[in-house]
Amino acid sequence: MTKRELKRQKREKMIEEEGLIFLDGVSKSYSTGAPAINGVTLHIGRGEFVFIVGDSGSGKSTLIKLLLRELTATQGKVYVMGYDLAKLKHRQIPKYRRYLGVVFQDFRLLKDRNVYENVAFAQRIVEKSSKEIRRNVPSILATVGLAGKYKAKPKQLSGGEQQRVALARALVNRPAILLADEPTGNLDPKNSWEIMQLLEEINEAGTTVVVVTHNREIVNAMRKRVITMKRGVVISDVEEGEYNDED
Amino acid sequence: MKISTFFYTLRQGLRSLLRNKWYTLASVATIAACLFLFGLFYAVLTNFQHIVKNAEEVVCVTVFFESAIDGEEVTDARIAEIGDLINARNEVDPAKTVFTTADEAWEEFKVQMDFPEEFADGFPDNPLAKSANYKIYLKDVSMQSSLVTYLESIPEIRRINKSELAASTLSGVNLLIAYVSAGIIVILLAVSVFLISNTVTIGISIRQEEINIMKYIGATDFFVRAPFVIEGMLIGLIGAGIPLALIYGLYNKVLSYAITEFPMLVELLDFLPVEEVFAVLTPVSLLVGIGIGFLGSISTVRKHLHV
Repeated sequence: MTKRELKRQKREKMIEEEGLIFLDGVSKSYSTGAPAINGVTLHIGRGEFVFIVGDSGSGKSTLIKLLLRELTATQGKVYVMGYDLAKLKHRQIPKYRRYLGVVFQDFRLLKDRNVYENVAFAQRIVEKSSKEIRRNVPSILATVGLAGKYKAKPKQLSGGEQQRVALARALVNRPAILLADEPTGNLDPKNSWEIMQLLEEINEAGTTVVVVTHNREIVNAMRKRVITMKRGVVISDVEEGEYNDED
Repeated sequence: MKISTFFYTLRQGLRSLLRNKWYTLASVATIAACLFLFGLFYAVLTNFQHIVKNAEEVVCVTVFFESAIDGEEVTDARIAEIGDLINARNEVDPAKTVFTTADEAWEEFKVQMDFPEEFADGFPDNPLAKSANYKIYLKDVSMQSSLVTYLESIPEIRRINKSELAASTLSGVNLLIAYVSAGIIVILLAVSVFLISNTVTIGISIRQEEINIMKYIGATDFFVRAPFVIEGMLIGLIGAGIPLALIYGLYNKVLSYAITEFPMLVELLDFLPVEEVFAVLTPVSLLVGIGIGFLGSISTVRKHLHV
């Protein structure tokens, strides 16, 4: 068995035992102030749908940045897909990030490119051939309900539609994990619900979905696993949980 | 890298050029101005060097021989031997060395002076009996003094005719040309690198959001950086192409103007044809343009683009 094969098996075993995402006593301190995350341990399994909730400053964004390997933990270990993120070399980070799809509150679309180009852009980056791009992009746009708007520029779309484009871009490379950082933060209730329904469909298709949000109404209605954070610490982790005032 | 990725990167580089139109224009214009000056200098200097080289070719050292040393006659065989020694010297272009016997010298003199035959017949012996000589042409006029020192050490040599002023002036001019052109080229290159660096920095700041998105999606360092490097190289390429076209037109115009208006001057100075100047100027300008584009952009990308 090759060394590579052995490593792959080891990662599979880690995912099996500890989950697709595993934080083991993770702390992250910045140069000033209290730690943004303090001794967090959590497991997220393959195919789960998880809400991470908490007020501003609770450490949610730092958690996302740790998972994206934008930051490294000051203490403890972060494992994603069986990879110890602290051990990733600089040149391995892009390849690692291809396992993740990311959606942000502010959509982060390329304003000078149309819907099709915004999604195709993600495929270009992972060096898909033009043929594959022509096949994959229309298909993913149909999935998010934007098949008819592929020529539109972002400013010609509503907030909900822009978030759908961002979702299409995040999903077109078929990531194992979708990280959504306040995906409904800039949307009205109707569009928020539509996006959440899409996320649920994506999850049902097998993608692990982690949603960071403030939106109590949605969290409470969806009855998914809810991890609540406060001042850098996980204060509750409940299956079919809720996001309540006292949290 | 896949072909589709290569073309995508190229398109992004082009897109970036067009997006920062004014900065691109400023960079292209400055590089074009620099390379225009460089091209003009090159065209003028190569012509000057060509003229200098032609002038050098007529600068020669002539040596005359004693008829006897310490009562012993300097024979033709000895003169031939000295000729071989001279031709073996590093400074000498042996193919051009000309030996003139005393009789030939007298014949030449008669022709030059247009002597009537009866007047020449008045000399029963060759009056230029001591005028057998070698005309020695140098590989480089700056080597004249070392050759003269050597020639002075040969006792059979009676006289050395040399052109000290021409030699020192020509080698001095050559040196000056080399220094001036090197200095100007270095300054122009530094200015161009600085300008390209500025354009790429602006490009990076304009595209910062796009770069961040690329990072989240999993773009490699190469994928993020390559369009900026392509942009720099394209600026360099365009900046080199424009002055080449201008100089080509200008050179032809000046040359045809000189030929019609000053035919004597053209005959005397022997200008280089445009093809000969451009055989070197074109690849050098393009390489310099693309090279400074590459250098300016790669250094900026490494400094400002942390992916």
